[in-house]
Amino acid sequence: MEKVCRDKKCHKKPVKSRRALNRSMAGNVTLFVFMGICGVFMAIPLIFVASNAFKPLDELFRYPPRLFPRNPSLDNFADLRVLMSNSWVPFSRYILNTIIITGGGTLGHVMVASMAAYPLAKHDFPGKNILFGVVVLSLMFTWQVTQVPNYLIISKLGINNTYLAVILPAFSYGLGLYLMKQFMEQIPDSLIESARLDGASEYRIYRSVIMPNVKPAWLTLAVLQFQTMWGNTGSQFLRDEQLKPLQYALLQIVNSGPARQGAAAVVTLIIAVIPITFFVICQSSIIETMTTSGMKE
Amino acid sequence: MKTNVGIEKSGRRPFGALFKSTTREWSLINRIIKNKASYVLIAPYFILFFVFTVLPVAMSMTLSFTSFNVLEPPKFIGWGNYIRLFLNDDIFRIAIKNTLIFAVITGPISYLMCLLFAWIINEFKGKIRAFITLIFYAPSISGNAYVVWNLILRGDKYGILNGILLRLDLIDNAIIWMKTEKYVLMFLIIVQLWLSLGTGFLTFIAGLQTIDKTLYESAAIDGIKNRWQELWHITLPSMKPQLLFGAVMQITQSFAVADISVNLAGNPSVNYAGTTIVTHLMDYGSIRYEMGYASAIATVLFILMVGSNKAVQRLLRKVGT
Repeated sequence: MEKVCRDKKCHKKPVKSRRALNRSMAGNVTLFVFMGICGVFMAIPLIFVASNAFKPLDELFRYPPRLFPRNPSLDNFADLRVLMSNSWVPFSRYILNTIIITGGGTLGHVMVASMAAYPLAKHDFPGKNILFGVVVLSLMFTWQVTQVPNYLIISKLGINNTYLAVILPAFSYGLGLYLMKQFMEQIPDSLIESARLDGASEYRIYRSVIMPNVKPAWLTLAVLQFQTMWGNTGSQFLRDEQLKPLQYALLQIVNSGPARQGAAAVVTLIIAVIPITFFVICQSSIIETMTTSGMKE
Repeated sequence: MKTNVGIEKSGRRPFGALFKSTTREWSLINRIIKNKASYVLIAPYFILFFVFTVLPVAMSMTLSFTSFNVLEPPKFIGWGNYIRLFLNDDIFRIAIKNTLIFAVITGPISYLMCLLFAWIINEFKGKIRAFITLIFYAPSISGNAYVVWNLILRGDKYGILNGILLRLDLIDNAIIWMKTEKYVLMFLIIVQLWLSLGTGFLTFIAGLQTIDKTLYESAAIDGIKNRWQELWHITLPSMKPQLLFGAVMQITQSFAVADISVNLAGNPSVNYAGTTIVTHLMDYGSIRYEMGYASAIATVLFILMVGSNKAVQRLLRKVGT
């Protein structure tokens, strides 16, 4: 099907091949070239990040600088391993903490936010506009100044210096609710109505009608939230070294001296690669759903 | 797409029907009881939201009327912080100016870039599509990888940009880019644009995927001729919810710019060339511990964002008409 659409034949019978509707060959080529140029601009700085990790120290400070290392080496990785083995607590502990914080925060946020988004998008109950309005407004308040009040509240709740201090607030970020609500609005009412006639409870509808229909949305949200949680060093609320996440430990290593430029390059690479990997996994399943589903009345 | 249909319109018999002469209060209570399921579903989110977001924001706004150094209890000083902010703080004026320049340039450009690239990417399929998405989205997801721009913009001859310009004989001496007043804002804008294909971009891509494909077929029959007409008459109107969401995200990102300025230009930056409202706020909040004053700055920024959001939402309502 794909190949047939690429050549000109499809224009003659447009209704049969969906993708090639209203598409000219010249337009396709222009877009390809344009995307290529922009793509290079986007990629070059990141290629630097990657190649720096493989440069021996003398090449890191070379003039003029090179995009690719001449003698690629794994010295920097070895340096980092030595530094890691000198850490206060075993490094596996940091990894475990990261899994708990990032995993819990992402999963919890996607579930809690989408559960709240369904009634806001599809039900009509007193107070819904005010509640939704407050969430959107909250996105516009600078988080830096709410740090002190947040600290007071978390201490009052007695969850300071526990995983919960980082995970629970993440459940209620405004972004997820807003994003999910916007997508759920597009689900045809008739779909929900027919589920109701079949006697499905509201929770059931949420689980088996709404969520499957907005899969691209919650996978997107998972990517965004994963990134936020992964970047969270938790330094404000987690005092014990045993509770701190990987991000904190890695940044700690590289911030401690200029002699660690090599290891620092590797750390920058690791910090970037993990959310990118998660994104690639989610993205491929978004594309899968795209071909199988589609909202039909 | 259509108006919301409440549960009350569904099969269940409304409670209120039992009382023919219900007063307004009674009907409200009945509506709440009828929609019990809705409240149960939103409860977990909103309980946490009020505790961890609404309460802290309300506290900050209250603090903006006090003098508070974190160590001693806050002292109420009325509009003092705001008066000082607008009448006696020259740097704040620079911060507002920089932030507005920054937001007015990066806001619309980023937004259109997100939309344009998402739309183009939607034209590709399978592996190529996944790869292009990755290339464009990667900068904004890779944490603080943007500090690599420090290497590019380094002030000595080891800097990449200087290296290239020196080799091409365009400049005689290395330029200390981020310490030269006239270049700071420009490079911050470039880096921000490089980072801008983030939340909005990803949302638009997902939004484009949920559009009902049959709409395009019927449009082709109705006489839509090329991809531009298709974009304006079908694609954009079909993804209005995502467009609104993207706009809010764009506003918060453009107005709250701070981290890139701190990491690339330093805080305070040379002659305050890279000072934005939020870096100014961070200066007072986390360096000088004047939390009351920092809260006042945050409140002003909040009002700015709410105002521009109102304007943008009004503009977006015209899409597809």
